[in-house]
Amino acid sequence: MARYFTEEHEWIEVEGDDATIGITDFAQEQLGDIVFVEVPEEGADFAKGDEAAVVESVKAASDVYAPVSGVITEGNPALEEDPALVNSDPEGEGWFFKLTLADKSELEGLMDEDGYKEFVANL
Amino acid sequence: MAGPSATDDVKTLPLDAWHRAQGARMVPFAGYAMPLQYEGIVAEHEWTRERAGLFDVSHMGQLVVTGEGAEEALEAILPADIAALKPGRVRYSLLLDDNGGIVDDLMVTNWSSDEAGECYGLVVNGATKHGDIAFLAERLPDHITLTHRVDRALLALQGPAAAQALERVLRGVNEDFYFMQARAWEFGMLDLEITRSGYTGEDGYEISVPAEHAETLAGRLCAELEVKPAGLGARDSLRLEAGLPLYGHDLSLDTDPVSAGLSFAISKRRRTEGGFSGADRVLSVLEKGAEKRLVGLELEGRLPAREGALLYAGDEEVGVVTSGGFSPTRGHPIAMGYVLAGHAGEGTALEAQVRNKRLPTRVTKLPFVKQNYHRKGAA
Repeated sequence: MARYFTEEHEWIEVEGDDATIGITDFAQEQLGDIVFVEVPEEGADFAKGDEAAVVESVKAASDVYAPVSGVITEGNPALEEDPALVNSDPEGEGWFFKLTLADKSELEGLMDEDGYKEFVANL
Repeated sequence: MAGPSATDDVKTLPLDAWHRAQGARMVPFAGYAMPLQYEGIVAEHEWTRERAGLFDVSHMGQLVVTGEGAEEALEAILPADIAALKPGRVRYSLLLDDNGGIVDDLMVTNWSSDEAGECYGLVVNGATKHGDIAFLAERLPDHITLTHRVDRALLALQGPAAAQALERVLRGVNEDFYFMQARAWEFGMLDLEITRSGYTGEDGYEISVPAEHAETLAGRLCAELEVKPAGLGARDSLRLEAGLPLYGHDLSLDTDPVSAGLSFAISKRRRTEGGFSGADRVLSVLEKGAEKRLVGLELEGRLPAREGALLYAGDEEVGVVTSGGFSPTRGHPIAMGYVLAGHAGEGTALEAQVRNKRLPTRVTKLPFVKQNYHRKGAA
């Protein structure tokens, strides 16, 4: 298992061809209290950079773009009941969706955890 | 997701360093760096509804209109009955263009006294203050002086515990002091100007303080157990729950006061006599009724309908949301928006278009959360 990070503040946990995607602790803190998350439906096919999910905080709606291409296998059903999971456990129970990777080479060039920490420290 | 946006060059206000020391997240707003939140919007919202929040509203414009004839000069512009506004009283009013469009909304306070002569304070919105000053300067006669007081900060202490907290700091301040009244107060070396008013729906005060002493006062108020700093995020969700319109969103040059539900701001005498800017148009809309009206909207579930969401009755587009968000007090999304008069009745079922979804919504009376003002004569 390996975890990657994007400059748009998503994390991607990869196991074989399967990836779980969410937003980082830094991102949830920037957003503040999250009241609604719209996750994609199973079977949806996204190219890298497509709008895949929407996260609504008390103050605004933000789009979440697919950080890699793939077919959705599951949106996190727990977020419907409890969107605040993204605030309380963003890099665990508050994941957004899982997908089957279409092109593993897209992972090249993403940051690892140390790289992301450094990236955030310089913002 | 989209990353944090780069901040443009923005000006700082007197409490800038204080906010940062309190852990505020600062954002550009109305040309200034302003605190969006400290510990979190919902926590600050709830704290203000239950105890008291201290808001820095120093970005707003503090203007003073002085000189013999100031009363008449203001009546030529504002639709309020300024002649009936006694010293020490505050009123909500509007700047209207010649077509009755809303240039800004404001609070006017009569600060006249033997020493000051005729003297009126206006507190206007931060994003519009420079335009307002130009608008007023053009319309006020030459013998009337308009001053922009850039040397003062403005704090809003709001919430059910605001009165007891302020009383401990300014002993005696609450004696015979009610909603929409004003008084000057000395606190050590500070000359404060206090109005019992605000924009959260709660009892509370707006306190004008010399800029160099703003930190002292903010620190002193937050030393009270009931008081915590609260940011612009909570201010917006509180005012939306209180059904109070926000300039630039619910109010604009394209809206008139009648459509916006602000007919109460056109005083009875002025309705008969007219003579304020935009009077012809506004009085005509008052008589005929507005084509569209600002209404409250309640939504089910958790997905908010925000500014710009179109409103439908079946296939017919009948309006647009001008402010919307999640109501922490009600636990569901709420919004305000303009709808055609035929669909503005309480209880009317509409749909709001949010991205690819149609959300069921219902017209409801305002405010969403009962206002809690300390009114004279009320129980």
